[in-house]
Amino acid sequence: MTVPGRLVEFVQALREHGLQIGPGETIDAAGAVSVLGFSDREQLRHGLAATLLRRSGHEAVFDAIFDLYFPLATGAPEVTRSETPDVEELRAQLADALAGGDDALLAQLAAAAVALLGAYGQVGEGSSPGSGGWSAHQALERLRPQTLIAAVAERMASGEFTDRLARDEARSRVAEFEDRVAAEARRRVAELRGRDRIARYSIPKAADQRDFITANRDQLAALRRTVKPLSRRLATRLAARRRHARRGALDLRRTFRRSLSTGGVAMRPAFRKPRPGRPEIVLLCDVSGSVAGFAQFTLMLVEALHDQFSRVRAFAFVDATAEVTELVADNDADPARLVERILSESGVVRWDGHSNYGRALRDFVTDSLDAVGPRTSVLVLGDARTNGGDPNLPALRQIVDRARRTYWLNPEPRASWGSGDSATEAYRTLVDMYECRNAEQLTGVIARLLPV
Amino acid sequence: MGFFTSVADVTDRLAAVGYLASKAVATTVFLADRLEKPLLVEGPAGVGKTELSKAVAAAAGARLVRLQCYEGVDESRALYEWNHAKQLLRITAGRDENWEETKADVFSEEFLLPRPLLTAIQGDEPTVLLVDETDKADVEIEGLLLEVLGDFQITVPELGTIVATRSPFVVLTSNATRELSEALRRRCLFLHIDFPDAELEERIVRLKVPGLDEALATSVVRVVTALRSMELRKAPSVAETIDWARTLLALGAETLDEQIVGDSLGVLLKHQADVTHATKRLRLDTVLR
Repeated sequence: MTVPGRLVEFVQALREHGLQIGPGETIDAAGAVSVLGFSDREQLRHGLAATLLRRSGHEAVFDAIFDLYFPLATGAPEVTRSETPDVEELRAQLADALAGGDDALLAQLAAAAVALLGAYGQVGEGSSPGSGGWSAHQALERLRPQTLIAAVAERMASGEFTDRLARDEARSRVAEFEDRVAAEARRRVAELRGRDRIARYSIPKAADQRDFITANRDQLAALRRTVKPLSRRLATRLAARRRHARRGALDLRRTFRRSLSTGGVAMRPAFRKPRPGRPEIVLLCDVSGSVAGFAQFTLMLVEALHDQFSRVRAFAFVDATAEVTELVADNDADPARLVERILSESGVVRWDGHSNYGRALRDFVTDSLDAVGPRTSVLVLGDARTNGGDPNLPALRQIVDRARRTYWLNPEPRASWGSGDSATEAYRTLVDMYECRNAEQLTGVIARLLPV
Repeated sequence: MGFFTSVADVTDRLAAVGYLASKAVATTVFLADRLEKPLLVEGPAGVGKTELSKAVAAAAGARLVRLQCYEGVDESRALYEWNHAKQLLRITAGRDENWEETKADVFSEEFLLPRPLLTAIQGDEPTVLLVDETDKADVEIEGLLLEVLGDFQITVPELGTIVATRSPFVVLTSNATRELSEALRRRCLFLHIDFPDAELEERIVRLKVPGLDEALATSVVRVVTALRSMELRKAPSVAETIDWARTLLALGAETLDEQIVGDSLGVLLKHQADVTHATKRLRLDTVLR
């Protein structure tokens, strides 16, 4: 495999993960390789990152793919070629390494764990590819590094104030070790089945491209950290649009009237006066189970944007609707627990805790329809899964009729709209529905939809 | 350009002027120097983005030309301006000559006020050009930057084109308040400076706060790292770590304890909500969860 060939493959794998890289960058990367050489892998990593990345937030994806295409080692790790697995022995070594924070040793142990505990099926010399492999999940199941946290924290303690941090530090070291194991398993399997396949299927996506519905707690936390930069960018975009809209559209009628005095030549075009006044936003969010992460992210994003609107009101529902504007705007509370607070403090669950769109819409229309007026844009957030209940179209029609615009943002992939108990088809007769599976799509939709 | 001979050379010489560079920073600076491309630096406030260009200038013995961007910065602030007052004086002083001569004279270099971008291109001494907070400027300036950074030349209609004899080492910083255009990003090498890892941050603290006890420096960095892993509104940056270390030194603290951390937490955290949250979390960690 030539160096340029390897580089091009690497760039293609990055592109598949949503990084926009043009041929110009690939040439720069080749320049970086020729300047830096292959002698120092970390230098090469940073050099390629400098030439190929163009924005923050893609580092994790870049690193994972880099580890696949420019692996530290090939084949089985030296230490394990002749050993038989002994879980207890490994666990003891791991506890030492974690307490000491010894990076080199942790890398070795991750390799050993995958080789000794993660192998399944027929792997090794002469076996046919596809019959077996290495599983990070299986290796971690057997090694159970999570159970070492308490012991490691104890050993890190030294009788100082910082002991109270030891537990968190131990936990984050274990999480790092688990990542190493995952990366090592990916490397081993890639040797077996081809790098491009593994890159495609087993490397987690960048935060702004991760599906809301399938994201786990850590991934949602990582997403929340992107709210601030995202909202800043969105706010600038909206403000810029508003600035450019200062001079209204050309007023043809008045321009023609004026042009009569110059014999039909429009010397002084007339423009419509812009109507100042920021839009009002009303959010109506499903905060039940699967879509809670999406609702929370959107609520935080709109709240961060609140100075772009004259008014933001937020309503949440599961099987009943309640206004949560205060809760969302509460600056002193922990943003990570927003949905928990909504569920416990606002009375959005009155019956069985399954989302009931019909009842929620009815509640909104009977209690809070006055929140919607001719200047309001209503955003409904939810997967439109009614659990078999009545979708209550008349209530939605009332909202649509009163509001300036109504949009529905759906975190489910478009392909599964209308399947099972999804009432998307019915709702789409009244409102435009947009797919918002990840942060990238959501910001795009919001930037496009919101009136200036 | 051509300031450095190797990545290690970058690290050593930056360290000699008091900037401890991570491997990522050193590698990228070396590449920018070698490939003669501008360097776009992003990252949270207070991690040393602006400091980096100052350090590069100091290490290379180059002059530093700085263009501070703000909303409304325009060509006459960034590029050049004619010195109108001086031109008027010159015209009134030369009453007896004809217009042709005067015109040729008042539009010469003597009456040109160079602004940062032109300054960086003129002259043949080694130069580091720092375009600070590029994202604060309007989009129009980006077009100008593209032109200047593309081939390091500026066209003044009355004078002709001024071409750089030595291309400057260019650093653009951005806090990502606005998406810089793709075209500008493509021109640049990209460097995201994040918070340093614990080991590097300890070295930074000990370099900047020489009187601090070694064990205390370790504890300081551990607490700051823990704070950064909480979801705070504004995570403490390297600048805050150094401030806090100085505070502890001034208070004469030997080791950290609840009292002293609680009293000085305001140095690290700038929002009351963050202080409340951190106080709760730091106490909570002693209780069994």
